[in-house]
Amino acid sequence: MSRPLRRFLHDATVASADAPQRDFLRKALGGYYASRDTQKARYRDWEHARDAAALAKWEAVGDLGRHLADFTARFESNGGKVHWARDAAEARSIILGICREAGARAIIKSKCMTTEEIHLNDALEAEGYGVVESDLGEFIQQLRKEPPFHFVFPCMHLRREVISDLFTRHLGSAATDSPEELTMIARRHLRQLYVDADVGISGANFLVAETGQVSITENEGNARLTCALPRVHIALAGIEKVVARLDDLSVLLPMLATAGAGQPMTCYNTLYAGPRAPGEADGPEAFHVVLLDNRRTALLADPEQRDSLHCIRCGACLNVCPIFKNIGGLAYGTTYQGPIGSVLTPHLRGLKNWNHLSGASSLCGACTEACPVRIDLHHHLLRNRRNAVRAHGGAVDRVFHRLLGWVFAHPRVFALGGSLFRRTLPLLRRLPLPYLRPWLRSRDLPAPPARSFREQWKDVQP
Amino acid sequence: MRVSLFIPCFVDQLAPRVGLAAAQVIRGLGHEVEFREAQTCCGQPSFNAGHWQVARESALRALDVFRGAEAVVGPSASCVAMMRKFYPEVLAGHPRLEEARELGARTFEFGEFLVRRLGVTDVGARLEGVATYHDGCHGLRELGLRAEARALLGAVRGLRLVEAAEGETCCGFGGLFSVKYPMISTAMAQVKCEALARTGADLVVSSDPSCLLQIGGYLSREGKAVRTVHLAEVLAAR
Repeated sequence: MSRPLRRFLHDATVASADAPQRDFLRKALGGYYASRDTQKARYRDWEHARDAAALAKWEAVGDLGRHLADFTARFESNGGKVHWARDAAEARSIILGICREAGARAIIKSKCMTTEEIHLNDALEAEGYGVVESDLGEFIQQLRKEPPFHFVFPCMHLRREVISDLFTRHLGSAATDSPEELTMIARRHLRQLYVDADVGISGANFLVAETGQVSITENEGNARLTCALPRVHIALAGIEKVVARLDDLSVLLPMLATAGAGQPMTCYNTLYAGPRAPGEADGPEAFHVVLLDNRRTALLADPEQRDSLHCIRCGACLNVCPIFKNIGGLAYGTTYQGPIGSVLTPHLRGLKNWNHLSGASSLCGACTEACPVRIDLHHHLLRNRRNAVRAHGGAVDRVFHRLLGWVFAHPRVFALGGSLFRRTLPLLRRLPLPYLRPWLRSRDLPAPPARSFREQWKDVQP
Repeated sequence: MRVSLFIPCFVDQLAPRVGLAAAQVIRGLGHEVEFREAQTCCGQPSFNAGHWQVARESALRALDVFRGAEAVVGPSASCVAMMRKFYPEVLAGHPRLEEARELGARTFEFGEFLVRRLGVTDVGARLEGVATYHDGCHGLRELGLRAEARALLGAVRGLRLVEAAEGETCCGFGGLFSVKYPMISTAMAQVKCEALARTGADLVVSSDPSCLLQIGGYLSREGKAVRTVHLAEVLAAR
């Protein structure tokens, strides 16, 4: 058993037994469902909008090389600099290099899951940089030394009193139950840090090939400060973030907001075209974009699952996923939680150690139904399972399914086996059998009938 | 019409009354019903576990078993979804792919067959009680069925239909998932069953015997008096 699987089984067992947390998550998401449905109803045709959004990403990813080259040429002609990183180590070293060259000491960050993917904060702190997360949820998780619980709502699992206690402990603030006051405490603490920071680091929601712009979406205004005040700015983005045209954002931005957070639009949607131009009042002196591959090109080469690169990280699939709602985000042990995480992680970090996430799904399909860019999420879990059996299948598992197949190929053997099973069930239920025992631990089995359907069928012929 | 029954392996062995009820309802509408004894399992357990080679053999067998059948009707949305949607997937590039698509087109989930193929909603059933209908995920999302069972239940004399919260939430069965990750599966069952119990219904009805195994198994363990029955059993009641 791999270490990630062992950890997953442990953490999922603990989390799925945590009834108060599961109730809390379900209640929190109840509000989201209501506002999402209200906003969806404002679209003339939500399903058609999904087609348009899927098409925009399909076009972008389908000719990724050209769009990235276009983005690079235009962004650099505006005075920015684009770096290409093959993997996490290369991305970290590029970013560290920029920080070193800038003579930086303090770094402020706005929300960016891709920096979580490459474990950037650890690398920066190891080199002695002070790094502060400015997104409220990320800031809270940083104080807790805990990874984000949900890649859009990093601290959705925390009650207000927990956050108030945390602030009292770390920031010396008075206890409060008011969300506004909690926000103000963080805001007062963070304000000066933007001014003091030498480097700002952000992600990118979209890279517009047509105009060479970086599109960043946020609700708090912290990303605008992160991008505007420090001398140097670095945006880290997966290569799949590119879109062909500025006009694509007219469908992608509202859908990102509605599908992910139940908003008509996210509060701030900003397009950055490069560093401060002559005569401009604010903006960084240097603006770098680091484009990260980290096995994305391998996924691009997989025609079955290429569409998982269309993901716009809205989080809709997590919000509707019964697995996520019952085990929470931390149990996944991944950067990207929920269905999209279970699809992507085996590609990004290896099928051998991460296929269990594809197995830990009832394949209900709520994710696929919710995805604004129509990624075939739950069927990709099936494809991951198939690929894992082909590449790393265990002998016992293989023999079991071969045997199952053989029984099903012989109706008489099947009938005999079924009859034997029904007759011996009272005995079998007392044995520590795989599959039967875990079922019986929490659920009953109906008393088996004396005769099977095929035995009874002859009796009911007219 | 001559209808060929497709009885899922576990219905054959553990819930034969569901198959018998389905046959009774279809016969009651004046159609002939046959059962081809060479059939066993649709192959879904192996398909879901990643053993597509094994599932492919099951698919090829099903093509032989149901060759020439006018309509194949199965009282399990999940197994019908396997045949209609996933046989073409496991037979991609296989010479019999077209045959699989063609079998999928004449294979129906029980309620779907009555409403969409036969155009019937009132089968003359009578059953006193309050029922809530559980949508199995395969029926709901792979086959796009939602209104069919409700229309059929709505026409049952004496039966009042109530909707549950968490209506489109999975019950947590998921085949081998239920025993490989029993803690998650059970947590899901709990959410589902609590919502079903809150309706005050005395019957939980579904078109998916596998969901009923999970929901019934959990409700029974928790000592709840709610009964679980298949749609076909309700429609066979007089």
